[in-house]
Amino acid sequence: MPSALPDGEPVPDDGALPAHALTGAADRPLGFYLHVPYCATRCGYCDFNTYTATELRGTGGVLASRDNYAETLIDEIRLARKVLGDDPRPVRTVFVGGGTPTLLAAGDLVRMLGAIRDEFGLADDAEVTTEANPESVDPAYLDTLRAGGFNRISFGMQSARQHVLRVLDRTHTPGRPERCVAEARAAGFEHINLDLIYGTPGESDDDWRASLDAAIGAGPDHVSAYALIVEEGTQLARRIRRGEVPMTDDDVHADRYLIAEETLSAAGFSWYEVSNWATSTAGRCLHNELYWRGADWWGAGPGAHSHVGGVRWWNVKHPGAYAAALAAGRSPGAGREVLAEEDRRVERILLEVRLREGVPLELLREEGLAASRRALGDGLLEGGPYEEGRAALTLRGRLLADAVVRDLVD
Amino acid sequence: MPAIPSHVPEPSRTDPALIRNFCIIAHIDHGKSTLADRMLQLTGVVEQRQMRAQYLDRMDIERERGITIKSQAVRLPWAPTHDAGNPHILNMIDTPGHVDFTYEVSRSLAACEGTILLVDAAQGIEAQTLANLYLAMENDLTIIPVLNKIDLPAAQPEKFAEELGNLVGCDPDDVLKVSAKTGLGVEALLDKVVAEIPAPVGVKDAPARAMIFDSVYDSYRGVVTYVRVVDGQLNKRERIRMMSTGATHELLEIGTNSPEMLGADGLGVGEVGYLITGVKDVRQSKVGDTITSLSKGATEPLGGYKDPKPMVFSGLYPLDGSDYPELRDALDKLQLNDAALVYEPETSAALGFGFRVGFLGLLHLDVIRERLEREFGLDLIATAPNVVYRVVMEDGTEHTVTNPSEFPEGKINEVYEPVVRATILAPSEFIGSIMELCQTRRGTLLGMDYLSEDRVEIRYTLPLAEIVFDFFDQLKSKTRGYASLDYEPTGEQTSSLVKVDILLHGDKVDAFSAITHRDQAYAYGVRLVAKLKELIPRQAFEVPVQAAIGSRVIARETIRAIRKDVLAKCYGGDISRKRKLLEKQKEGKKRMKMVGSVEVPQEAFIAVLSSDDGGGSAKSKK
Repeated sequence: MPSALPDGEPVPDDGALPAHALTGAADRPLGFYLHVPYCATRCGYCDFNTYTATELRGTGGVLASRDNYAETLIDEIRLARKVLGDDPRPVRTVFVGGGTPTLLAAGDLVRMLGAIRDEFGLADDAEVTTEANPESVDPAYLDTLRAGGFNRISFGMQSARQHVLRVLDRTHTPGRPERCVAEARAAGFEHINLDLIYGTPGESDDDWRASLDAAIGAGPDHVSAYALIVEEGTQLARRIRRGEVPMTDDDVHADRYLIAEETLSAAGFSWYEVSNWATSTAGRCLHNELYWRGADWWGAGPGAHSHVGGVRWWNVKHPGAYAAALAAGRSPGAGREVLAEEDRRVERILLEVRLREGVPLELLREEGLAASRRALGDGLLEGGPYEEGRAALTLRGRLLADAVVRDLVD
Repeated sequence: MPAIPSHVPEPSRTDPALIRNFCIIAHIDHGKSTLADRMLQLTGVVEQRQMRAQYLDRMDIERERGITIKSQAVRLPWAPTHDAGNPHILNMIDTPGHVDFTYEVSRSLAACEGTILLVDAAQGIEAQTLANLYLAMENDLTIIPVLNKIDLPAAQPEKFAEELGNLVGCDPDDVLKVSAKTGLGVEALLDKVVAEIPAPVGVKDAPARAMIFDSVYDSYRGVVTYVRVVDGQLNKRERIRMMSTGATHELLEIGTNSPEMLGADGLGVGEVGYLITGVKDVRQSKVGDTITSLSKGATEPLGGYKDPKPMVFSGLYPLDGSDYPELRDALDKLQLNDAALVYEPETSAALGFGFRVGFLGLLHLDVIRERLEREFGLDLIATAPNVVYRVVMEDGTEHTVTNPSEFPEGKINEVYEPVVRATILAPSEFIGSIMELCQTRRGTLLGMDYLSEDRVEIRYTLPLAEIVFDFFDQLKSKTRGYASLDYEPTGEQTSSLVKVDILLHGDKVDAFSAITHRDQAYAYGVRLVAKLKELIPRQAFEVPVQAAIGSRVIARETIRAIRKDVLAKCYGGDISRKRKLLEKQKEGKKRMKMVGSVEVPQEAFIAVLSSDDGGGSAKSKK
């Protein structure tokens, strides 16, 4: 089962936003996240809102089908247009994620992007990304995407080791993601990311180094590296509870993170968010930066989250319920929260502290400032940026970011 | 059903020869309340209060208002079956029933000439009833053994009559068999009370002397004092004197319970009743004290009075520091009705502001703690119970230590600890394990007697400190629940005692300091240090956890510094969840106590202070 949605107040049927949400919108970039809730099989560690054909059978009928999914999602893009009214902003970033977006025909992805272009217009330098499964793309598919306007692609590589991929239930063979990078380059993609996971049960330090080396060797300009989170309710959590696979110790995660930082910096990557490295500023994922900097984005698709001017909402999770709402002309929003001033301050701290640039000290109150001075003394914050008025994490601080945040928000 | 006697003697004008004062000794669930109800009915007292339903309704209201509804002493008129024209007065006196309140029990018994020993015919005598039976025997009370619930299919009246006969020293055939539920045999029991229990004997013309056997705070009427008049007479509106303190009061009201309070002109020799003087605090009307008239009063009090002396101390701290005033108010209120409860403010570096509270024993501690939590809605941390130590320094100065963290530093000559005489009753198959337990608790065997073929009484001298840990739990588990324990303080002894301190990152945690025997100090230190290592989350820096006697470290563990505390992913859909998680963590952090620079979760304090092996409150001792 995918993870649960937060609690919140109901979303009005027409999806209308409180008036204040659009105040000052012109100064904020607008992005679109498009969720594709389908996977060929469910990976043991995954708690994302995604469904396999088997999981969908008999639950949503024709409405939940992926054959007409693009049309349904385009309905929501049109709803977005109505809700945002005469908001003049062109869309700065589009990110298609999942699930496995590349389970849809390339043409479907292109049509969804086209709907955004038609309704909102795309900024000249818009970043348009899709996630892709190394097994489900080929040069023709990539050419179609590139021609349709996609300029960034993110492959789920996870590991270069077969035994690690097996624990993760990933079906691709080692070597395939690296070839994908070459194919994407050939298709003309400007920016390419490889996602890696460390700390999988059974992975050694050397396995991890090998994965990093393989990823770097493929020549992407962006690498994301995530510690494996064992989410409640996943197959992997059950296997660990039953003792079939060992739980990875936090200290091992810390060691792997240090290896990642060392290896990636040696290869010319530099971190810009706790789990993200890029070879240049241009290589950073602008869409993700919208999340981290409190910009506006519309998340379309089942279970997708949106944020516009301090209002967060999230859609119903099931593809069937999602399609039914849109078919009936209703917003698929399941709930929302209107952030109070203090919520927004806390969110800014907890998000921006994860960025290389850090949090402006002016966001902190007296107790938080005192805590920041202690963190500085403890070697968790960088001295240089601190003097310039920003709390920016050191390498050790990055590993303890959540602990630092707990003190800074005081 | 016999006729209700028509010319019942009135209070203050009752011939002592017609009075029978008795109590009922019974194990919980053996039917004491049912028997009392039946007696109220048979003697017509029920009719006087008319509709039972109405009466119960009134009790509910009273209960809601927190008034004690227990009838401390009920006056029952009873004309014996063979002598219907000669109504007697039976005073049924309630007794508390636990080892902690032995003194109160002994005063209740001292107000009686006899007792009904009530035993469930399906279960036989329970070990805990024996302690009170022995107390009654020591008070030379006439014992009337009775088997109850003989209507139960599982009843074995013959077998248990034999057992009672052996205990009391009577013919098994003389053991009465009743069913309090159906009323069967209860009349015969009342007749037997008249026939066998001696009438009270006192000097009618002597100065008045009345013994207080209970004292209850009532929020409407102030303290209601229950007395048994021994000599002379107490009269309405008279001024009286408490002989232990010399305090004088006016008798605003005097009377008897049947079962409601009913005012009377006075109480004469041998009579039992209540009096109200307007005092607001039970400590001004102490159990065991003698009341006399202010003018021409007695000069010699009745024997047996003792000031209640706390034996066990524990620090009580509100989990939420802002509840401190509520805790103080709650203790003040409980003290109105509990003369044995003593407390004074105390500050702990680890736990904040609280009180050091003295109790009669472990049950008393548990009862008070539970009432504070239930009735007053307080969440408390209680430190491990400890006893009172007397420390004599080399320079001759002396310290009384009620809190281990106040154990003096410097050159100590002798340390004295209280000891008790413990009596353990158990099936003989457990002798070995009981003796083993007592030996490890520094006990000295005093003697052992077989009560019957398979039941044994074992007597030990034990340090009280060894009992206030988990002794009772251990005893119960080693005897599959069969053993019972009774103890009485017998004085003090010198012992080789040391204070073990626990240090976190070099800072002493006062709440974990303990006084132990030198031979047990190391084990205590190792255990606590290991436990804390488990319970305290890893901090941003390495935290040594040490146990030390003075400056000598006897055990050490290290909590490694935390290296990773960050969620890997934080994208659009994670933000709400993450903010809420942070809010939750902040709440959790508020519940952390700072010890120096170390954050210790309250759960760690609770776990260490309440666990058996950390030495903690004996929750299960009921």
